[in-house]
Amino acid sequence: MKTWAELQAIKADVNANVFAASAPGEYRVLVGLATCGIAAGAMPVYDAFKEAAAGNPKCKVGQVGCIGMCQYEPIVEVIEGGKRTTYVKMDAEKAARVYQEHILGGQVVTDYLLVENGITCNSLEDTTFYKLQKRIALRNCGIIDPENIDEYIARDGYAALYKVITEMSSEDVVNVILDSGLRGRGGAGFPTGKKWSFAAVQQAPQKFVCCNADEGDPGAFMDRSVLEGDPHALLEAMTIAGKAIGATQGYIYVRAEYPVAVKRLNIAIKQAKEYGLLGDNILGTDFCFDIGIRLGAGAFVCGEETALMTSIEGKRGEPRPRPPFPAVKGLFQSPTILNNVETYANVAQIILNGASWFSSMGTEKSKGTKVFALGGKINNTGLVEVPMGTTLRTVVEQIGGGIPNGKKFKAAQTGGPSGGCIPAEHFDVEIDYDNLIAIGSMMGSGGLIVMDEDNCMVDIAKFFLDFTVDESCGKCTPCRIGTRRLYELLEKITSGEGEPSDIDELEALAAHIKDNSLCGLGQTAPNPILSTLRYFRDEYEAHINDKKCPSHVCRDLLTFTIDPEKCVGCTKCARNCPANAISGAVKEPHVIDHDKCVQCSVCMQNCAFGAITKD
Amino acid sequence: MDMINCTINGTPVSVPAGTTILEAARTIGIEIPTLCYMKGRNEIGACRICVVEVTGARTLVAACVMPVSEGMEIKTRSDRVLKARKRTLELIMSNHNCECLACDRSENCELQTLARNFGVDFDTYKGEKTEVELDESSPALVRDDSKCILCRRCVAACRSQTGVIGANNRGFDTTIGCAFEMKLADVACVNCGQCIEACPVGALVEKDQIAEIFEAINDPSKVVVVQTAPAVRAAIAEGFGKPIGTMGKGKMVAALRRLGFDKVFDTNFSADLTILEEGTELITRVKNGGKLPLITSCSPGWIKYCETYFPDFLDNLSTCKSPQQMFGATLKSWWAKKNNIDPKNIVSVSIMPCTAKKFEVGREEMSVDGFADVDYALTTRELVKMIKRAGLQWDNLPDEEFDSPLGEGTGAAVIFGTTGGVMEAALRTAVDVLSGQDNAEVDYKEVRGMDGIKEASYTVGSLTLNVAVASGLENAKKVLEAVRNGEKNYHFIEIMCCPGGCINGGGQPIQPNWVRDTVDVRGLRAGVLYQEDLDLPERKSHKNSAVMDIVYKEFFGEPNSHTAHKYLHTHYVDRSSTVK
Repeated sequence: MKTWAELQAIKADVNANVFAASAPGEYRVLVGLATCGIAAGAMPVYDAFKEAAAGNPKCKVGQVGCIGMCQYEPIVEVIEGGKRTTYVKMDAEKAARVYQEHILGGQVVTDYLLVENGITCNSLEDTTFYKLQKRIALRNCGIIDPENIDEYIARDGYAALYKVITEMSSEDVVNVILDSGLRGRGGAGFPTGKKWSFAAVQQAPQKFVCCNADEGDPGAFMDRSVLEGDPHALLEAMTIAGKAIGATQGYIYVRAEYPVAVKRLNIAIKQAKEYGLLGDNILGTDFCFDIGIRLGAGAFVCGEETALMTSIEGKRGEPRPRPPFPAVKGLFQSPTILNNVETYANVAQIILNGASWFSSMGTEKSKGTKVFALGGKINNTGLVEVPMGTTLRTVVEQIGGGIPNGKKFKAAQTGGPSGGCIPAEHFDVEIDYDNLIAIGSMMGSGGLIVMDEDNCMVDIAKFFLDFTVDESCGKCTPCRIGTRRLYELLEKITSGEGEPSDIDELEALAAHIKDNSLCGLGQTAPNPILSTLRYFRDEYEAHINDKKCPSHVCRDLLTFTIDPEKCVGCTKCARNCPANAISGAVKEPHVIDHDKCVQCSVCMQNCAFGAITKD
Repeated sequence: MDMINCTINGTPVSVPAGTTILEAARTIGIEIPTLCYMKGRNEIGACRICVVEVTGARTLVAACVMPVSEGMEIKTRSDRVLKARKRTLELIMSNHNCECLACDRSENCELQTLARNFGVDFDTYKGEKTEVELDESSPALVRDDSKCILCRRCVAACRSQTGVIGANNRGFDTTIGCAFEMKLADVACVNCGQCIEACPVGALVEKDQIAEIFEAINDPSKVVVVQTAPAVRAAIAEGFGKPIGTMGKGKMVAALRRLGFDKVFDTNFSADLTILEEGTELITRVKNGGKLPLITSCSPGWIKYCETYFPDFLDNLSTCKSPQQMFGATLKSWWAKKNNIDPKNIVSVSIMPCTAKKFEVGREEMSVDGFADVDYALTTRELVKMIKRAGLQWDNLPDEEFDSPLGEGTGAAVIFGTTGGVMEAALRTAVDVLSGQDNAEVDYKEVRGMDGIKEASYTVGSLTLNVAVASGLENAKKVLEAVRNGEKNYHFIEIMCCPGGCINGGGQPIQPNWVRDTVDVRGLRAGVLYQEDLDLPERKSHKNSAVMDIVYKEFFGEPNSHTAHKYLHTHYVDRSSTVK
């Protein structure tokens, strides 16, 4: 148990001796050890630095969470004085060289620096990727050691909680969140303060604060980064929420596939309890709040609030009808609030800096920032946080570094399997909740997948629908059977069996599922189809009427042809064809028998003369 | 109470706060169609057949779970609503085994009714069907998931009993079954058949043994004798479209004769016999400090439940066989000898309101000298099918009487078919025996009615008897736990597996859910039995002359005698390893 004065002393000490610290010749080496970094090989890099620096009092090696640039992992930052140097795509050998030349020799190893648009950047902070971001939810990610509460405290950690407990009433807290304009970052964008106020007015012997850390959209990893990089931010915010609504127990529902996040959360909870920042009599007051972790077993539907609570109760994770809403009867029939990780990650900063600070960022109805996981056909795959209202073009072209291989932007998918595609005609849309809804997509939790001209939009719709078919809980009829029938229609179309009436049926069934399903999963499941139909109807028509996939993706619709002018009769294609579909004499042009061809494209890959084309 | 005003199709409706749209619509004579809904039991909003349009709502809403709110404008038959229901039905049909012609539930299928009412097109959706396996492992039930529409009504019904079924897998692969895909025979299913009663379609049926019965009847070397349980007469007429609460005894007896049974007897005979045996057992235990409370043993579902979940109560169970088994044992011993028939040529058949009886007849303990007491236990529904198969016209059948002497029963016996009946019958006899008088008062109204748990205390001379009656296994569990932890002290407990007792057994004619929600099915059926109790000349088991003057005198001697024990009593098996 620490007093507030002791915590302030810790803060001063870390700031003086760890963060600002190093005089010239004193080094901090920070290795990005989030799941992404570890998967890319950061552990051997970390070990190499640890080993090299053992016994060197002038070099401290530490770990940090996700820095945000996936394709450059493992990433290492070397800090000397106020100067940061970022090394990318590291391995143990490179680590040894950096230690020798930079830390011992004082010379930056320019070979391992990050190159953006042909310009070598000394540090991450010099990149366009980083400069255009505004980091609130991710403010500590990549900066602090997530397993060290002192470093969180040094970055104003738990100051908001102290303020809430000592200076603010529950109504004050709710009002600040309400005034800030913060909206839920998990999907639908419901005003967070409003949600809290509903639960706050309920009279009940027990209330709960829950966190949805069951991030399940394909390609989304915003919440994981916060959990792995800044777990105390979540604990502090949930405790604040507990004070705001009058709850004494919180639960973090985190997917079991996030073991690093779970480990760091457990460490954080233990440390917070040791310091008296969680548990009984927080900061010596009579306010008590505890947090438990519940592991999700990997069901997407458990991101739906009622399903999540049902799962925490130990039952099969299925949604239940609303009303009653969770704020009235949620977990264990008690008033409950549920927010996602990113939403909570904003709370302490709003308390410290004020509602107007937060609401000064963003657009009229969408305040603050939003974290996006950039993926797909984009140069800078990674995690970015930008002010609401940033255009899609800025995110893709500038922060994301554009599309590889000079290909053209075709669409961006936001909102995951519940969202939709934003076509090139809306490339300049200012990203916020309402604008995305207006053009047939949604914010969702923040997955942003970029597609170029090589992506078939019917195939994309099929991909997302395959996901929802698989993830439907099976409780209500429209979602359980309807999504399956939708998928079968898409299969029919992409396999060349489509009929003109299929588009009408797709639309009718999609509308039915939206209108009739029990929960948000089903109600939004047809969105990928509806939005691709809205913007790329011609592609559907080409599949059905011309039996062609304009992007040459749908295998059953491809025709491979050998250009007799270019074919030299080397026989390589015929020898490699698994279906024995190619014939021809040596040194004579070869021919593909389309009845036998299975469209595997092995011939095309094997042709050294570019004689084979697909259409 | 706060009243809420709303409109349904323009008609103003005022209902108490918290009323659902579905219930509000019922108040003005509109029955919104449902498949998954069971009032108070399964309110999950899953099937989406009950969707209605609410002005201002983003989507259609499920009427079964959406409470009305002030000023709400509801449309239950708009174009949007009717098309949505039809399409949802077509989706269900696309994953349903539509072999409706010969389906057990044809003409009594809630899905079929809706399909017809909405004019569904079977060809709208064609596609893959969910892979399922037929579960025929149980001696009592057959589960055919190819017909299951995942309404979860069986799950809800089972949850109040043993809770051995639930959803497996997810999405399109979801099926209802036992955990880890185990078979019904391998789990703690007590064969009560409440799941069958809850099923809107033909996914759950009893194990049909009609063919075997007709085969026996048509075999001249066999003497085929049938007994019918009291609750059967209270419901069988429903199987022929008659109103709930119609007495069917006379026509049933006539039908059984015309089906070719050699003798048509009444389980009421052995219900009276049970009272003599069990009443004596009770008095002996009370007087001699034996194990108390004594708990009834008529209900085979309850017995299996006790053996599985409360093995520490096995010594509390009456050692009496159930009336069905006592009847069979008497038939193949005293009656066979008396009529000079080799018991091996007797086919002993029972018509029961129960599916668990199919399990009971197969229990090892239920035979004497190598002869099974009862060879086949059929449900009320199976008898209805037999009558239809034989072309017997219910309306044209005369009223006939049971054969003698095993067709004789008292009013005490007939109320065995409803919760509290065994208790009341036992009290009528016990009070007379203990007081040594022929008491005029025979109505023990404290133990009547459809409450799940009933308690009463009766003083007879110097003795005070504390009794309890429970029906439905969730109620049985509550009573036993209260006894186990010393909260309650009873002398005698009646427990019936099915809620309301045998009149609501798992073998009874099936009423669609909207009827069960709006009509007191159990009360009406029980009323039939209480009326017969009033109408019969004798209302106390010890006044049954066939029992007292013939069977005891000629064969068993006296209650709880050595011979009685050999034929009429049994023992139990600890089955708790199934659930450990």
